[in-house]
Amino acid sequence: MKLRTALLGAACAFALAPAAYAERGADGHVNVLYWQAPSILNPYLSSGTKDVETASLILEGLGGFNEKGEVIARLAESVPTVENGGVSADLTTITWKLQAGLLWSDGTPVTSADAKFTYDYCTHPEGGCAQAARYEGIKSIDTPDAQTIVITFDAPKPNPYQAFVGGTSPILQAAQFANCLGAAASTCTDQNFMPIGTGPFKVTEFKTNDTVSLEANPNYRDPAKPAFATMTVKGGGDAQGAARAVMETGEFDYAWNTQINPEMQAQMAAGGKGVFLNGFGTLVERIEMNMTDPSADLPEGERSTVAHAHPILSDINVRKALSMAIDRQLLVDVGYGAAGRPTCNLVPAPELYASDNTECIPQQMDAAKALLDTAGWTDSDGDGIRDKDGKKLSILYQSSTNPVRQDFQALVKGWWNELGVEVELKNIDASVFFGGDAGSPDTFQKFYADVEMYANNFDGTDPEPYLAQYMCDKIPGPSNQWQGENINRFCDPAYDALVKEMSATADLAKRSELAKKMNDMLTKDSYVVVPLVDRGRLSAASNTLGGVVLNTWDTELWNAQDWFRVK
Amino acid sequence: MLTYTLRRLLLAIPTLLLISLVIFLLVDFAPGSPMSEIPLTVPPEVRQKMIEAMGADQPVFIRYLLWLRQFFWVEPAGLIDGWFGTSLAEGQQRIISWQTRSPVFVTIGQRIPQTLTVIGSAYAIGVLIALPIGIYSAYRQYSWFDQLGTFVAMVGYSVPTFFTGVLLIVIFSVNLGWFPSIYDTTLKVVDWDSFIKQVMQMALPVTVLALFNAAEISRYTRASFLDNLSQDYVRTARAKGMSEKTVVLKHVLRNSMIPVVTVIALGIPSIFAGAIITEQVFKVNGIGAALIGAIHANDLPMVQTLTFIFAVLIVLFNLIADILYGVLDPRIRYD
Amino acid sequence: MTDTTVIEKPRSFSRDVWDQFRTHKGAMAGLIVLATLILFVVVGPFIWRIDPTFVEPDAAKMIMSRNKPPTWAHPLGTDQLGRDMLARMMAGGKVSLAVGTVAMLISIFIGTFIGVMAGYFKRLDGTLMRMTDLFLALPLLPLLLVLMMLFGDRIRALLGPEAGTFLLIVFAIGVTSWMHSARIVRGQVLALKEREFVMAAKSIGTPSRRVILRHILPNVVSPIMVAATLGIAGAIITESVLSFLGLGFPPDFPTWGRLLYDGVEYMQLYPQRVMWPGLAISLTVLSVNYIGDGLRDALDPRIRGR
Repeated sequence: MKLRTALLGAACAFALAPAAYAERGADGHVNVLYWQAPSILNPYLSSGTKDVETASLILEGLGGFNEKGEVIARLAESVPTVENGGVSADLTTITWKLQAGLLWSDGTPVTSADAKFTYDYCTHPEGGCAQAARYEGIKSIDTPDAQTIVITFDAPKPNPYQAFVGGTSPILQAAQFANCLGAAASTCTDQNFMPIGTGPFKVTEFKTNDTVSLEANPNYRDPAKPAFATMTVKGGGDAQGAARAVMETGEFDYAWNTQINPEMQAQMAAGGKGVFLNGFGTLVERIEMNMTDPSADLPEGERSTVAHAHPILSDINVRKALSMAIDRQLLVDVGYGAAGRPTCNLVPAPELYASDNTECIPQQMDAAKALLDTAGWTDSDGDGIRDKDGKKLSILYQSSTNPVRQDFQALVKGWWNELGVEVELKNIDASVFFGGDAGSPDTFQKFYADVEMYANNFDGTDPEPYLAQYMCDKIPGPSNQWQGENINRFCDPAYDALVKEMSATADLAKRSELAKKMNDMLTKDSYVVVPLVDRGRLSAASNTLGGVVLNTWDTELWNAQDWFRVK
Repeated sequence: MLTYTLRRLLLAIPTLLLISLVIFLLVDFAPGSPMSEIPLTVPPEVRQKMIEAMGADQPVFIRYLLWLRQFFWVEPAGLIDGWFGTSLAEGQQRIISWQTRSPVFVTIGQRIPQTLTVIGSAYAIGVLIALPIGIYSAYRQYSWFDQLGTFVAMVGYSVPTFFTGVLLIVIFSVNLGWFPSIYDTTLKVVDWDSFIKQVMQMALPVTVLALFNAAEISRYTRASFLDNLSQDYVRTARAKGMSEKTVVLKHVLRNSMIPVVTVIALGIPSIFAGAIITEQVFKVNGIGAALIGAIHANDLPMVQTLTFIFAVLIVLFNLIADILYGVLDPRIRYD
Repeated sequence: MTDTTVIEKPRSFSRDVWDQFRTHKGAMAGLIVLATLILFVVVGPFIWRIDPTFVEPDAAKMIMSRNKPPTWAHPLGTDQLGRDMLARMMAGGKVSLAVGTVAMLISIFIGTFIGVMAGYFKRLDGTLMRMTDLFLALPLLPLLLVLMMLFGDRIRALLGPEAGTFLLIVFAIGVTSWMHSARIVRGQVLALKEREFVMAAKSIGTPSRRVILRHILPNVVSPIMVAATLGIAGAIITESVLSFLGLGFPPDFPTWGRLLYDGVEYMQLYPQRVMWPGLAISLTVLSVNYIGDGLRDALDPRIRGR
C-alpha cells in the first residue's frame, strides 16, 4: 500500500512539474523502450498496442483522451458537443473543425479531405482494416470546406467520439496513401513504415520489430515543442529487462509495460534512478466459468457447446462458492503490486459505468464451505473431494503461459483444494491460446476446460460493445468456426433485452444504470464471470525525464510533445 | 570428388523442395493464427477481414505455390533489378510478412548485420578457444588443466543461456555498470569511439554464446584426440623420432578432425538462425528474434522463408563437411 | 620356489571393465554423486513428506511463508508462493533425471543407428543423410506444437496424465535431438570402414552385423559418450522450455529446469532460487561426464591393459 501511495505521489509530482522549457529540440535525445517492438507504424493494419502507441508519436486524430478519460481536442479546434452545437441534438451528426494553419510534417496543409480519405481507406472492403470497428455505423462523411468534417451516423450515436478520436484512429495523409487503398495496402511498405503525420515527431529510420528512430517534427503546431530533438523507440526482451534498463542501469528514459513482480518493483524503485508510473483503465483479469460441458467423452463438435450444460458449474452455488474462496487482495500482492487492485466488476471504470459491487473482496472460505454443504455438495466417499449425485467437484483450470498467471493458478488451486474441489492446472502458449485457430483444441474460444483465466478490456470509455459480447447469439461454436465472443456461453434473454435497450438509449444516466445492471448480472448475480484483479498499466520513467503523464484511455505516448529533460 | 559434389548439388534441389514443402505444411498445420497478437477488443468480423486481406484464408497448396514462385522467381528478379536497373519483377508481389506487411527480405536485410557480428563472432571465438583447449586437455589428460577445462565446459553447457545472460547483466551492467545491457542496432561504426562502443555492447552476448559453443566443441575435440593419441600410428611416428609437435599437430590433429568438422559444420548454419534466447536477453533483435517472433505471431511467410534459408545452409554445410572428410582422410571415397 | 602354481581365475569382461573403472577417481566420484542425487530424488520424498505443490490456503500465513531463506522447517527455503524448495527439488529432480536420461538414450540410440547405417551402407547414405538434413531444418517450436496437438490428448488419455506427458516429452526431445550424433557417428564410420582391421574382418567374410557390432561400434564410443553427456543437459533444459510453453507438465509441477527458469526472475533478491536447481543440473551433467570418461577408458582395451 505504501509503495502505491509513493508511486501516485511521484506521478502527481511529475504532472504538476512546470513545462516551461520553451524551445524545440533543446533537450537532445530521449530513449524509449517498448519490449514488444513495433512491427508497423500504420495502426490501421495492426492494432497491436505496441504499433498503435508508437505510431501515435507521428499520427494524430482530431481528438484524443486525457488521463481522466475525457475527450480532448488534438487537430480539432475544440471538442464538439451537443451543448456547443458540434453534435446534433438527435445525435446523428458530429461536426469537427480543424485548427487553422495545420501542416503535415512534409509542409503541406492538413485538410478535411485527409479525414475523408482515412475513412475511405479503413472502410475499403479489401483493405482488412484493423480499426474498422471505429468507423462502424457511419452513413457518410462530408467535407463542406477544407476545415470542416461532418460525420453522419445511421442512427443516433450516444458515443460519437469513435472515428478520428484516440491513437487507434488517427488521420492519414491522403497524398501519401492515395495508392494504398484496399488490396494495395500491404504493398505500401514505405508508407506503412514512415507515415507522414502531424504529431510531435517524424520517423527517420524504421527497423521493423527492432528500432524506430525519430526526430522532432519541424512543422509541429506548437513551435516550442517537442523539447527533444530526437527519439529512439527500441524493442525486444521482456518486461523485467525493460524495467531494469530504466530503473537500474539508467540506459533508457521510459519503458512501457514493465509488469514485474511486486518485490522487484519495490527493489528497483528503491534504487532511485527512476519511478514506476501506474494508472488504471478497464483491463480486468478474470476467471471465466464454462456453462457448457467440455468433457472429452463428448463427440467433437458437441464439446463445450450449448448442446450440453456443464455438469457442476451449472449450479450457481458452486460458482458462487468458487468465487468466495478466492482472496483477491492476496493475488494482487503476489502478482501485481502497485499495478493492480482487487475488483468484483467486469466494467471497473470509467466511474460513470462502474458498479459499486465490492462484496467479493474479503475471502469467505467458511461461508463458501457452508454454501456447498447446504447445496448438497458434500464429501460422501471420504476422498477429500466434494461430490453430489455421483458428480465430483473436479475442475480443469487453464490459462495462457505467463509467470503471474501460473502463480495465480497455484494460489487459486490451493484455495479450491481447501474448499474440497479437485483442480488440474493447464497452461497454453499465448500464441495458441489467443490465436483463435479453429483447428486447435487449446484456444480460449473453444474453452475445452471448466474454467479459464485471462484479461480483457474495451477500447475507449464506452462499455456498450463490450457488454454486448455476452449475448446468446455470440456464443462460439462449430457453426461460427468458434469465433464468438461470449466465451462463457452465458445466455439470458433478459440480458439480451438490456443490450438492445442500451443501444437505443442516449441519456447518459440511463446508460450508466443499464451498464451497471448488466455488469451485475454477469458477476455478482450469476458468478459466470469472476473478476479478480483490475489491472493497471505500469510503466517506468527515469528521474531525468519530465512531463510524463500515464494515460490509460489513450496511448501512453499521448503527451510526448510535453516531455522534457529534468536538469 | 568433383562428380560427387556435382551430384550432391543436383540432388540438393529435390531435397530442398521436399524440405520446403514439409516445413510449409508443418507451420501451416501448427495451432495458432496470425491474429494471435491482435488485442481481444478487435471484433471477430474485423479479424476475419484482416485474415482475408493477408491472403491467409487461401488453400494451403495455393499459398505454397505462390511462395515458391515468389521465392525462386520474384525475389531473385527483384535482386537483379536492383543490380542492373532492369524491371523483371516490376508489379509482382514479393514475399510479404503478415506481421509487418512488408517484404520479408527487407526484415532479413535489417537483421543480418547484428546476427553476423554478434552470433558470428561468438561462434568464431568459441571455435578458436575450444580447439586449443580440447587439444591440450586431451594431450595432458587428467592434468589440472584438463580437469579445469572439463569443469568449465560442463558447467558452461549445463547452465542455460537464459540464466547466464541475466547473471552477466546483473553483475556487469547493473552492479558494475561496465557494459550496456541493451544492444543498439542503429550504432554505425565509423570511428574509434563508435568501434569501442560496438565492442562494449557485444561483450556480454558474445561471452554468453562463446562459452556455450566452446563447451560443446572442446568436448568433441578432446574425445576425438584421446582416441587418436593411443593409436598405433602415433607410437610409430614417435618411434621414428618425429618431434612431438609434428606428431600431435600434424598427424593426430588431422586424424581427429572428422567429428570436429562435423560439429562445426552443423554449427555454422545456426549462426544464421541466431541464438533466440541470447538475442532476447540482450535485445540484439537478430534473425533468431525475428524467427521466434514470427512463430509466435504465426507469420507463415516469414517463418517459411527464414527456415528455408536455414535449410539451404544446412544442406550446403553438410556437403562441405562431407567434402572435407575426403580431404582429411583420403581413404574416404564416395564414388 | 613352490610347486603349486597359482592359476589365476579366468577374468570376465565385465569384471575387467569394473576393475579398470574403479581406478578412475573422477569416475568413482561421479558415480557417488550421481547415486546420491538419485537417492535424494527417489528416497528423499519418503523422508521429507511435504507436498511440493502445496500452497498455504490461509492468506496471512501464506504471506508470511513466502521467499524464506533456509530454516529448519524449510532447509532450502521457500519460493514466492511459500512452497517448500527442498520438496520441490526432490520432486523436480525425479522428473528431470528421468526425462534427461530417457530422452538422451532415445536420441543417442536413433542417432547412432542412423549414423552407422548411413556411414556403413553406401546405398542408405543419401536417403538417411537427406532425412537428417530435413530434421535439422525443421523449426522446433511448430514441430513440437504439432506433435502435442496431434498426440497429446490421445496419449494422455491412454496412459494417464503423468505417464502420458512423460512419454510425450521424452519422445519429442528424443526425435528432435538425434541429428548431431547421427552426423558425427556417420563421419567416424566413413573413416573407420576403410581402416585395415575392418577390411580384414570383411575380407574373411564376417557378416556386416558382426563387423558393425564388434569392430565399428567400439571405435565410435567416445563421441557417443560426449553426445550423451551433452544430451542430458540439453534434455533437462529443453523439458523446462516445453513445460514453460505449456507443452509439458502442468504449470505447478516442478522440474529442475522449471525451477531455474522461474528463479531467474528472483535472482537478484533470492540467489538461492537459482543456485539450487542450477547446482543440481550441473552436478548431474558433471557426474555423468566423469562416469562417461571412466567408462570410455575402461572399455578401451589399449588403456585397460596398461
